[in-house]
Parts: sequence; C-alpha cells; structure tokens
Amino acid sequence: MRLHLLALLAKEPAHGYELKQALEQTFGSAYPSPNIGQIYVTLGRLEKDGLVKAVDVEQSNRPNKKVYYLTAKGRDVLTTWVDEPTEGPRVRDEFFMKLVLAPLTGIADRMALISRQRRHYLSLMSDLNDLLVHTPPTDRVATLLIEGAMLHLQADLDWLERCQEDLA
Amino acid sequence: MSTVVKTVNLVKIYQDGAVPVPAVRGVDLQVEPGEFIAIMGPSGSGKSTLIHMLGGLDTRTSGEIWLDGKRADTLSESAWALLRRKKVGFVFQFFNLVANMTVGDNVELPALLAGASPKVARERRESLLGALNLTDRADASPAKLSGGEQQRVALARALANQPSVLLADEPTGNLDSRNTRDVLRLLSEVHKEGQTIVMVTHDARVASLADRVVSLFDGEIVDDGRISRRRTGTAGEVIDLR
Repeated sequence: MRLHLLALLAKEPAHGYELKQALEQTFGSAYPSPNIGQIYVTLGRLEKDGLVKAVDVEQSNRPNKKVYYLTAKGRDVLTTWVDEPTEGPRVRDEFFMKLVLAPLTGIADRMALISRQRRHYLSLMSDLNDLLVHTPPTDRVATLLIEGAMLHLQADLDWLERCQEDLA
Repeated sequence: MSTVVKTVNLVKIYQDGAVPVPAVRGVDLQVEPGEFIAIMGPSGSGKSTLIHMLGGLDTRTSGEIWLDGKRADTLSESAWALLRRKKVGFVFQFFNLVANMTVGDNVELPALLAGASPKVARERRESLLGALNLTDRADASPAKLSGGEQQRVALARALANQPSVLLADEPTGNLDSRNTRDVLRLLSEVHKEGQTIVMVTHDARVASLADRVVSLFDGEIVDDGRISRRRTGTAGEVIDLR
C-alpha cells in the first residue's frame, strides 16, 4: 500500500488515522479495511526511504501527532508509478497446471476438475453479487471494483469452457 | 409437492442431411418446486435444444418429459400447446414480443390464453408492469423500448400465466450490463417468491443466482450440483487491492 499512501499524501499532508479514513471513504466496501498498524509501519518505511517526512503537531491535552507530507523524491516515485503502464492480470495458472498435469497422476480426471472449478467460480460470483447488492449505487468506486472482479471471473469461466472443449 | 419438471433418458437427434446429429443424448433431469437451475456448457453442448424440448418448442426423438407430474411428450401438438399456456413461461434471448400489440397487451395475452378471466388478466398485467417499473410504457409499442425494457416486458409476459416453471434461453445474452442488472434483480425477486426457474446461460452473474448448476457437454450431463453459498464475506476475500 506504499504507493496508495503516497498518492493520498500528494493531495495534502495527513496523519495515519486520516489516511485510513481516506482509504475507506474512497474505496468504500470493496477495499479490505486497512489496518491502522499496517499504515503506521508503511509510513515508517516510507520515511526511512526518504519518500515522506513527518512533523510533530502539538495538541492540547493529548500527545503530539505526526503529520506526514510528501518529499520531492516521494513525488518522483509516485509520478513514475502513475505514468507507467500496469501489468495485465495473470491467468489462473495454478488451476491450469492442475488441469494439464493431474491426469498424468491418475488422481483426477479433467472433466471432474473443470466441473468443480466451475462451481467454485460461480460460488465466488455469488459472493460478488451479494456484495454488489449491498453496495449503494452512489459508491461508484466500490461498484466499479466489484464489476471488474465479476468480468475477470466471467473470463475465467469462458476460459474453463475452452479448456473443456479442447482438453476434456 | 411433486417434481415440476422431469426428463427420463431424453434424446434429440437431428437428421437434416444424411448423417444423424445427436444434440441431446440421454438426459435425466429433475427440477423440484422453487428450484432455480442454471444450465451451462459450451456452444453445441445441447443446452438450447434441451430447454426448447422442455418448453415443447422442439420435439424429442425419444425419452420422456413430465411437467407437474403429467407426461407431456406423448401429447398431440395442440394438447401440448394448451398445457404450455397454463404451465410454462418462456423468455428468449431476442425477446420475441408481438410487434403490433402494445406492451400491456403483450403481457395480458398469455394470462387470457391460460384461461384467466379478463378481470384477472388485467389485474395480473397491472401488477406485473408495476413490479417491473413499466406502468408508463403500457401503451407503447415494443419497438419503442430499449433492449432492457423489452426483456423486462418479455419476463412479465412469461410470468403472466403464473407458470409452474419459467424457462429462459440466454435471457441476458443481448443486454448491456445495466440492463442485465435489472433482469438479474427481477429473476432473483421472483425466485425468492418461489418461482421455479430453468435457465440456459453463459452469463456467470445470472448463473450464480441459481441454486444448482447443470453442466452439459456433448449432449450429456457431466455435472449436476449445488452452488455453495458462503456467508457474505468481507470484500477483501474476493477483491484484493494490496
């Protein structure tokens, strides 16, 4: 999550808890709820690498809080991340390896593997459907994430069908 | 309650040219009341042929088809048509609405054909159009509707005779994702209300609503089992951004 935090800090300096809230507000229900401990550990590493700096801000009746801001080096790293094309999704190679190799072992036949995998994908899809139903349509970012995951699953299922036609 | 749909060793062989082409090769299927079944499989696996035979839109070569405990495949064409009007609702990929009738009449007609009184048919029409958010489209011609609206009308029409089973052949095959969502929501609602559904689909979103998935390959059932429901987990289990 290093780069996600850098991106949030590019907007404005913030302390750890504000970053947690910003992640939650931006990604909604589709983002695995970020752990505050993990955020502080990540900020510590970013500071050590010179990508962010922290200043202590005094608070009345409470311990000082650390507000983090982006350094010039941090901005360069962030710019490179944003500008670079992103790797495409990998295929589900583990299942494919099973599919190709399992018949050699005599443990399972391909048709059975494919059928089981299809049901598993549909069960995942059913989870995503539930998630989508429980996500308010106004939460555009979460909705798009879920739809993206659904499209990937659909592709996995289509590929499964191709494997069935050619291998089984 | 008895089995809604049952087939015994159902076979369909097409004989267009010199070579007989088996499309469905000995399918045994049982559908219980309230079940939602998705039929999946590669193209040419016999899915559409199977569902067309269940709806009486195609004749079987051999084997048995039972609807609501009544043997259907031995009926004459006209007797089957009568049975179908009462017991079956059918949704096609390309809607198949009657072009020169209004949306409302398209929905009302099947109820009348099934023997409902004009008053009951009208009430059924009003309630279905209302449920599908189509009340203000009742007097429009189907051609004036978007694809998603037409498919909703087709669904309303298929449900107008309160069928024992709703059969659907790729009902979202021709829709964009927003319209697909509407149809999904409706299917899920009628299923919750106890409607028995048998549906051929490639669309995993639709299939995942089903209780059971039946996979066909080369005209035979190669898998028939339930889709397991996990507790609605946190999103992080299905989507991982980190």
